[in-house]
Amino acid sequence: MGRPQRFSRLGRRPRSGAAVLPYLLVLPTVFFVAVFTLWPTVRVAYDSLFLQNEAVQVPQFTGLGNYAALFADPAFRQVLFNTVIYVIVTVPISVALALVIALALNRRLRALGLFRLAFFYPAILPMVSAATIWLFMYAPGYGLVNVFLGILHLPGQNWLGSPDLALFALMIVGVWKQTGYFMIFYLAGLQGLSREIFEAADLDGASAIQTVRHITLPLLAGMTLFVTTIAVVNGFETVDQTYIMTGGGPTNATTMLLFDIWQTLFSFFDLGKASAMSVILIAVLLIFTVVNFSHLERRATYE
Amino acid sequence: MIAEQWRRLLAASATAVLAATLSACGGSAATAAPSAVALTFYYPVAVPGPITQLIDGYISKFEQQNPGITVKPVLSGGYPDTLTKIETTIKGGGTPPDVAVMLSTDLYSLVDSNAIQPLDSQIAAAGGNNYLNGFYPAFLANSRYQGHVWSLPFQRSTPVLYYNRDMFQAAGLDPTKGPANYQEMVADAQKLTKPDGSTWGIEISSDGIPYWLFQSFVIGNGANVVGSAPNQVSFDTPQVVSALQDFADLSAKYHVMPSGILQWANMPNDFVAGKAAMIWHSSGSLANILKQAKFNVGVSYTVGEQGFGAPTGGGNLYMLKGIPADHQAAAWKFIQFMSSNDIQADWSMHTGYIAASPAAYQTAAMKAYLAKTPQASVAPDGIEYAKAELAAHDNAQVQKFLGDAVQAVLTGKSDPSSALRSAQQQATQLLSAFKN
Repeated sequence: MGRPQRFSRLGRRPRSGAAVLPYLLVLPTVFFVAVFTLWPTVRVAYDSLFLQNEAVQVPQFTGLGNYAALFADPAFRQVLFNTVIYVIVTVPISVALALVIALALNRRLRALGLFRLAFFYPAILPMVSAATIWLFMYAPGYGLVNVFLGILHLPGQNWLGSPDLALFALMIVGVWKQTGYFMIFYLAGLQGLSREIFEAADLDGASAIQTVRHITLPLLAGMTLFVTTIAVVNGFETVDQTYIMTGGGPTNATTMLLFDIWQTLFSFFDLGKASAMSVILIAVLLIFTVVNFSHLERRATYE
Repeated sequence: MIAEQWRRLLAASATAVLAATLSACGGSAATAAPSAVALTFYYPVAVPGPITQLIDGYISKFEQQNPGITVKPVLSGGYPDTLTKIETTIKGGGTPPDVAVMLSTDLYSLVDSNAIQPLDSQIAAAGGNNYLNGFYPAFLANSRYQGHVWSLPFQRSTPVLYYNRDMFQAAGLDPTKGPANYQEMVADAQKLTKPDGSTWGIEISSDGIPYWLFQSFVIGNGANVVGSAPNQVSFDTPQVVSALQDFADLSAKYHVMPSGILQWANMPNDFVAGKAAMIWHSSGSLANILKQAKFNVGVSYTVGEQGFGAPTGGGNLYMLKGIPADHQAAAWKFIQFMSSNDIQADWSMHTGYIAASPAAYQTAAMKAYLAKTPQASVAPDGIEYAKAELAAHDNAQVQKFLGDAVQAVLTGKSDPSSALRSAQQQATQLLSAFKN
């Protein structure tokens, strides 16, 4: 309403109501972000500088002692390794699969709604229920996965009970769970693209693959970066299926960062160490998000 | 105009809230007779069955016998959830429950975090050592610390060996008794394992808390992993190393058990479905296994090289610290009631937990039950073979060090002596922060 006026008349103070209203409108958001995000972040960074655990009931300042202890611990290095591997494997696969499915479903098909629902369905299940279902599917002997392998005359595996397979088994659940969710983003993106460009490409005789590669993908670049960001954050915050399916075992083979934070705080009652681990997680996610969004701003120029 | 209305509404509601608060305070002050004590009781569920109905039944019986005391039962999840809830409540400055069932091995953690109070004066008033001697001594092994008694047994168990008598008969084995030692168990399992993979000779789970069933091998070898003080453990003695080798050999060498980590929750299902001829599981699963199995179930003891051996397990009743004096008196009455012979006998019959005292097995109800279900007398008869479960300061981490070593060896990632040496080093380093 009064915006052009305010900027055009230099030296005149804006009406007080107009100046206060925007602040009032963002106040609830600022309040909740401050109370539930900023303050806990500051507090966790502060707590990470103290020894506070079963042996040390009154907090003792230790500087970066908790961090030093973490990085000296081979189990924690394995946890970081597991987390990174999980993210590196699940993110590209779920994003690529989501794109392929979205391309396949972005056309007139019989029972299209049914297909879309089928792929989106895992996303609406709570992870805890999904993990419980997968727990039975992976069961040695009678689990569905091994039954299928048996039909193909392949040997059954103890999926969750073998250190070489357990993380891989969790990755499959992660990909299955989130691909449909990312597919919805891609479908929305595809339907927002203008038909004229594709008609022009068609007239110029571009093949389907050429069209996807040189037109669809570049136009969806912004969406890809957005989806990738969400996928990476999800990957680093994987915890439910670990808790339900493996408890982090065998011998830490499936322990990832967020599960380890939970375990360190609520099972080992080591507040200092859990806080230091949380700071590491926040730092990793912050760096990734900043880098990714600066990319996003530079590359997403199609609008 | 609108603002004016809001202001009025706010003022009106504030007055109403204030009035309500005042009348509530006045009301409670007027009616609070000294006899009206409302206790809160946290309990976890660790075995299948209608646990909440049973607990609710005991509580209404207690309330009838003790007018003026009410007990609010709170199902607090599993054992770890219960401990987490209570520790975080205390650290956050909240009000803990008055009584809680927690693992007997949580003792040092609970004392370290100043969460529980000793029961010495109450026990002294109830008859002191005479009163304590009524319980099985093995079930008080994790109750004493720093000269105090901190808990009384409630839902106690040991691992037992369940075996399929029909399969024993078909394999030409004596269906009236289980294996007497590790060597016999291997020989039996070899006869019971079917080459087509439809039945395994034995299944012993190793997820969740792998150290517990592993302790059976160790105690059956004439040793234990528990240290002489709560800041010590004994993970790398020759008997422990050879126990872990025995555990791993069942699948790696003798091929009578599936390889990898087996899941605790799957064992009873595999057993009642005939996929496993023998399993090691908690005695607390007895009622459920008997209900589901369509064959003759035999119950025997877990074994090591030298014979029978098992750790104790399960939960005790604790009184939380800082509750008012009238609550303490009521809480003690409730603890005494829940560990009394009649309740323990009934609890044992419906779950398979071992009753806290030998006298519970002399009650009329229990005698009738045992005549019908002789399997239920195996676990209490075997208490003489039971030794203390692993307990130390920082217990969850110490137990995990040993459990990780067990899993590493069972999955072929390490050998017993180096895995156990490393577990011993980790535990020693962690426990060096505690003076005793």
